[in-house]
Amino acid sequence: MSDIVINSIITVSAMGTAAAVILFLVARKFNVVEDPRIDLVEEELPAANCGGCGLPGCRAFAEALVRADDISDLKCPVSSSEDMAKIAVILGKEIAEQDPLVAVVRCAGTPDKRSKTSIYDGAPSCTIESSLYTGESNCPYGCLGLGECVEVCKFDAIFMNPETMLPEVIDDRCTACNACVVACPRDIIELRKKNKKDRKIFVACINEEKGGVARKSCKVACIGCGKCLKACKFEAITLENNLAYIDPVKCRLCRKCPPECPTNAIPEINFPERKAAAEAS
Amino acid sequence: MIQTFPKGGIHPAEDKFSAGTPIRVLPLPKKVSIPVSQHLGAPSEPIVKKGDKVKTGQLIAKSKGFVSTNIHSSVTGTVTKVDKMPDSSGYKRLAISIDAEEDQWEEGIDNSKTLNRNISATGEEITGKILDAGIVGLGGATFPSHIKLSVPRGKKAEVLIINGVECEPCLTSDHRLMLEKGEELMVGIQLLMKALNVKRALIGIENNKPDAIRHLSSIANEYEGTEVRTLQVKYPQGAEKQLIKAIINREVPSGKLPIDVGTVVHNIGTAFAVYEAIQKNKPLIERVVTVTGKKIESPSNFMVRIGTFVSDLVEASGGLPDDTGKVINGGPMMGKALDNLDVPVTKGTSGIVIVPSAEAKRKPVLNCVRCAKCVGICPMGLEPYLLQAATEFKKWDLVENERSLDCMECGSCSYICPSGRPLLDYIRLGKSTVNKIIRSRKQ
Repeated sequence: MSDIVINSIITVSAMGTAAAVILFLVARKFNVVEDPRIDLVEEELPAANCGGCGLPGCRAFAEALVRADDISDLKCPVSSSEDMAKIAVILGKEIAEQDPLVAVVRCAGTPDKRSKTSIYDGAPSCTIESSLYTGESNCPYGCLGLGECVEVCKFDAIFMNPETMLPEVIDDRCTACNACVVACPRDIIELRKKNKKDRKIFVACINEEKGGVARKSCKVACIGCGKCLKACKFEAITLENNLAYIDPVKCRLCRKCPPECPTNAIPEINFPERKAAAEAS
Repeated sequence: MIQTFPKGGIHPAEDKFSAGTPIRVLPLPKKVSIPVSQHLGAPSEPIVKKGDKVKTGQLIAKSKGFVSTNIHSSVTGTVTKVDKMPDSSGYKRLAISIDAEEDQWEEGIDNSKTLNRNISATGEEITGKILDAGIVGLGGATFPSHIKLSVPRGKKAEVLIINGVECEPCLTSDHRLMLEKGEELMVGIQLLMKALNVKRALIGIENNKPDAIRHLSSIANEYEGTEVRTLQVKYPQGAEKQLIKAIINREVPSGKLPIDVGTVVHNIGTAFAVYEAIQKNKPLIERVVTVTGKKIESPSNFMVRIGTFVSDLVEASGGLPDDTGKVINGGPMMGKALDNLDVPVTKGTSGIVIVPSAEAKRKPVLNCVRCAKCVGICPMGLEPYLLQAATEFKKWDLVENERSLDCMECGSCSYICPSGRPLLDYIRLGKSTVNKIIRSRKQ
């Protein structure tokens, strides 16, 4: 009886020792040395795995950061510049200062501004509707309102406003990860520089039709008249293909252009009320 | 013996209201708009400018690249603009607008009705002439015909198949052509046979057109090598691969072309256009278009100049009925709804179907109940429900591996689905995305 016990103890211990030796040698042989900085960098990243950097997930981005000699081209749209500065310190590399960006929906064609000319009852996907025809309104550039941008947002930063039938961005949540910009089949959403107090001035239209045609399809379309161009003192506005565009970097938010626009295609958002308007009311 | 293809297929209501109405020549339009991209492949290059006078049949846009074709003026008049105009999708594409004045044909075109049976052109001349005349597949796919006739080296065509199936409900343009232009068609088929250097041509016609079968069979006896085959009514028998399977019982492998199994398929309309191009020197500037619908006053078949506005066509067949839900460009199965009638008829417009509002609405979309009806009827043996779900959740690798590119968009799955799911809409999206991915991989 005791023999059996002793024999089994000896056998099992011998096997265990042999296995330990083999495992030790194998581990030595196939040892992968991983840069410990990858873990450190990954910890600083948002772990959203949104793919906004163009790489599959935050881990891949951390590896790319550690590998690259010059990390100024690698940008995580979600991380703030302080976070990126911390990463730069860990890696001992220089990093360019990055302006925070925010997604902006460049269409203001609410149902009362754009008449409906047809009814779409196909698959609820903007890409499909856009590939079939110009959409329910006559504007071949405008928002289709089926919310593909909302679907792809990982941060719940964009939602469809049921009244305006247009997507709205919640600036505090938006990380400028670019997902909605890619999802929109009509390229309506643009990443623009984030200003103080989330103030925004931009042309809320991307219709490149000639004035009359654009106006016919939507009451708040940019008709390419060029009035805003003259009003701007900073040469921030350009006019191309019957469409005005305000450069977000050059624009100083002076509020000279919005009142000039005959179609109200340039909204001013999060500004205090104008003096004249305030007095009148 | 009545033949058909074995796998899948459906039987939608035929609704061929205009089968008994002879082809009428539509009065000359006052204005035409001729898009430069009416075919698959590269858009043609306009060679006229604003203010130019053009004659009927004059070349106005030249073929650009191998997969492309010529475009000719369909009227005599002045070019008013060469600019972007809305096409049938509503998006603006380059088109040539012409104000018609009178009808003066370009020199050398024989516009008489006399039948010319003497074939003097050689095979190569025929193929060249088909490109010159701008002939494309008139069944709806609008693939340039001269490419189908240039057999790649190492491959050999054994038999020519002529598609007289017209399996789309409502449409009757090919049916009327077969009845009224039988002799011309036969000469056209002889020309195609000569171009391909084949000795046999089989004309497939479904047995819901007994008059056409009788008529063509009687003429076919006079022409060597041509034979009419009666097919059982089933949609989508007019699809190339299904028709080949039905008639000569050969299966075109996935990703291959009919020429790989020794055959070439052409449409009835194309055969007629080939006759006109070679025997009459007349380019493709007009085609037969069916205008039909349940509520429409007089369902008709028109011989229409390319570029005529759809609104003119609808007007000529009694105007738009009050109860109109949808106007479909093409047949009810594969056509696309129009949201504006001021769009031109192109080389691929086989019909205009006006659907009453009660029938125009889609069924409400419910969940997939895994009944597998779509799998059963898919003529290509695909799994539409799976392709739809994979596309919806953006699993592009799955979409690709499940052979979505074999889908020819016949719409049988959407038709049969008891839950009213928009299967084809998603499959189309999946196909275009997979195509993009494959293209980016090659670069």
